[in-house]
Amino acid sequence: MPSNDLFTYSIALADDALILGQRLTEWVSNAPTLEEELALANVALDHIGRARMFYGHAGQLVDDGRSEDDLAFGRDCREFTNLLINELPRGDFAFTMVRQFFVDAFNVPFLTALIQSSEPTLAAIGAKAVKESTYHLRRSRDWMLRLGDGSAESHSRTQRAIDELWGYTPELFEAFAAEDRLAEAGLAPDRGALKSQWRNTVDATFAEATLRCPTAAWSVRGGRGGVHTEHLGHLLAQMQYLQRTYPGQQW
Amino acid sequence: MTTQLLDDSSEQARLDARSDARFDARSDARFDARIAAEERVEPKDWMPDAYRRNVIRQMSQHAHSEVIGMQPEGNWIGRAPTLKRKAILLAKVQDEAGHGLYLYSATETLGVTREELVEALHQGRAKYASIFNYPSLTWADVGAIGWLVDGAAIVNQISLQRTSYGPYARAMVRICKEESFHMRQGYEIMLTLCRGSDAQRAMAQDALNRWWWPSLMMFGPPDAESAHSAQSMSWKLKRQSNDELRQKFIDQTVPQADFLGIDIPDPALCWNASSGHYNFGDIDWSEFQRVISGDGPCNRERLSHHVRAHDDGAWVRETLQAYRAKHPARSAERA
Amino acid sequence: MTTEAMPLFEVFIRSKRGLDHRHVGSLHAQDHRQALEYARDTYTRRGEGVSIWVVASSDIVASQESDSASFYDPLDDKPYRHATFYKLPDAVDNM
Repeated sequence: MPSNDLFTYSIALADDALILGQRLTEWVSNAPTLEEELALANVALDHIGRARMFYGHAGQLVDDGRSEDDLAFGRDCREFTNLLINELPRGDFAFTMVRQFFVDAFNVPFLTALIQSSEPTLAAIGAKAVKESTYHLRRSRDWMLRLGDGSAESHSRTQRAIDELWGYTPELFEAFAAEDRLAEAGLAPDRGALKSQWRNTVDATFAEATLRCPTAAWSVRGGRGGVHTEHLGHLLAQMQYLQRTYPGQQW
Repeated sequence: MTTQLLDDSSEQARLDARSDARFDARSDARFDARIAAEERVEPKDWMPDAYRRNVIRQMSQHAHSEVIGMQPEGNWIGRAPTLKRKAILLAKVQDEAGHGLYLYSATETLGVTREELVEALHQGRAKYASIFNYPSLTWADVGAIGWLVDGAAIVNQISLQRTSYGPYARAMVRICKEESFHMRQGYEIMLTLCRGSDAQRAMAQDALNRWWWPSLMMFGPPDAESAHSAQSMSWKLKRQSNDELRQKFIDQTVPQADFLGIDIPDPALCWNASSGHYNFGDIDWSEFQRVISGDGPCNRERLSHHVRAHDDGAWVRETLQAYRAKHPARSAERA
Repeated sequence: MTTEAMPLFEVFIRSKRGLDHRHVGSLHAQDHRQALEYARDTYTRRGEGVSIWVVASSDIVASQESDSASFYDPLDDKPYRHATFYKLPDAVDNM
């Protein structure tokens, strides 16, 4: 049933955006410069805004009375379907920017393709979000250059971050069953087909930044099935605590 | 956010008075005339050294306050109870960072670097608003901070839009435009809580109990006791007295608390029909002195947090320098 | 720990309905490209601008207050440059 598939799909995209947004908010009052405080907060706000749009859409699809907040604060860890790369702790600034770069380099072609969806709300969200992600990618790509080709310390921290994150990137290109059905029906992009464009962006950027793509064969996945890293539980425990402690209230 | 005029350097005031005497009397008189004529002082203008020092102190401490103020509120972004509140709080704290940026930039027009200003903060030579040395313990604190602390800051900042130093006045205009949403979002949080469950109402009352008196202290000691006040007033860096601004804040806030249906923790608070203002109880100035001197609930944490973030970010800032050295010709698209 | 020598940039924004770029403040960035990005993040969050200029602060040259006597004064005694100097009969006073 397309409606259930669309629901599952929207929730997955919402979870991706919310969990990444939540990680970005952890930089508030911790950024390396005031200018970066503002810049990182903007990226976080964009992702949180995107999450709200996808949750809102999902809520309307099933019409079971659940709001964006019910979906964000009322589901437990095993019901979250974000990709694992989004839930990893923020690490140092190099780790955050490498993760952001990997996600941005995916989001730009993904959202560009989402605009072609025959589902009008998804297409509209894609159109709005691609402008944001285009700017995000410009920023994160520039940071790859500065960090990779800056100081010896920045180079080694960044290379370490790349090596730690690499195995989480294959999941970006793996569709789940509902997503495959939607793609066939022209409602969702073909995620796997985006890999070569992503790889081109990454390779070109890393080459210019004097950084190295790892050749290691390990990979971790499971987010779409609710099988997460141990990090997500702690993130949700913090994020959901008020709603769990005072259930059913207005805020 | 606001800055208080601190009573901590009558020594500085004495030094100022002595160096004043060495000034070219004609320049001094001309400067005073410009101030009297409500002219703005701009960065490249001649100004007495004491004026320059005063402006640097006032603006930089205001900037420090904005940045330190990000901590108690930033404390709740990750735990905001709804997605809308999360976004709003994040935008608000982002604004505070922006305010710090505008103010550090305005201070840098006087030939001091941001690094020097941060150093002064870390070494305890520069201060920040004492209000941020209190902890944010519940979600209601977020509401109280927006309503009371931003409310007090607005009263102070509206007054500062007419300050004599040009870059400071212009930064204030920009800040005031952004600040009004801060207070409204805080009050909206309080309103929602006060209309909610018993536990939420109790949370709101508890937050008001803890933030009321420190908010009044934000305006600084009574003017008679502040060495800096008189000098700042004469140079129109400060446009209204601490007591005037504090009274203004109380008068506007009491009805707001009445509307919420929660009680301000001051048994002496009452309307005085003949003065047209609210009478209020004695402020515990010894608490203020303790907190501003480093003995408040969170002083050590606020500073060490700032030091740690700054130290953690050092390698990033060095990266930018290193990259610049390697790639001097990189520039953006032409206008 | 080296401290910053990150250059200071002045930011000018032209709003949608504006004709001029107005000075809005300054920030530290590594180069012009980063300055543009930070300016976008700091000064256009409320849709204030459609065009951003960033100029290295060191490139700004300002007139000096001490010059004002010779720099500005001669302009005060040429009122004939202002339209209000010219009195026309009411019937044609709409130009």
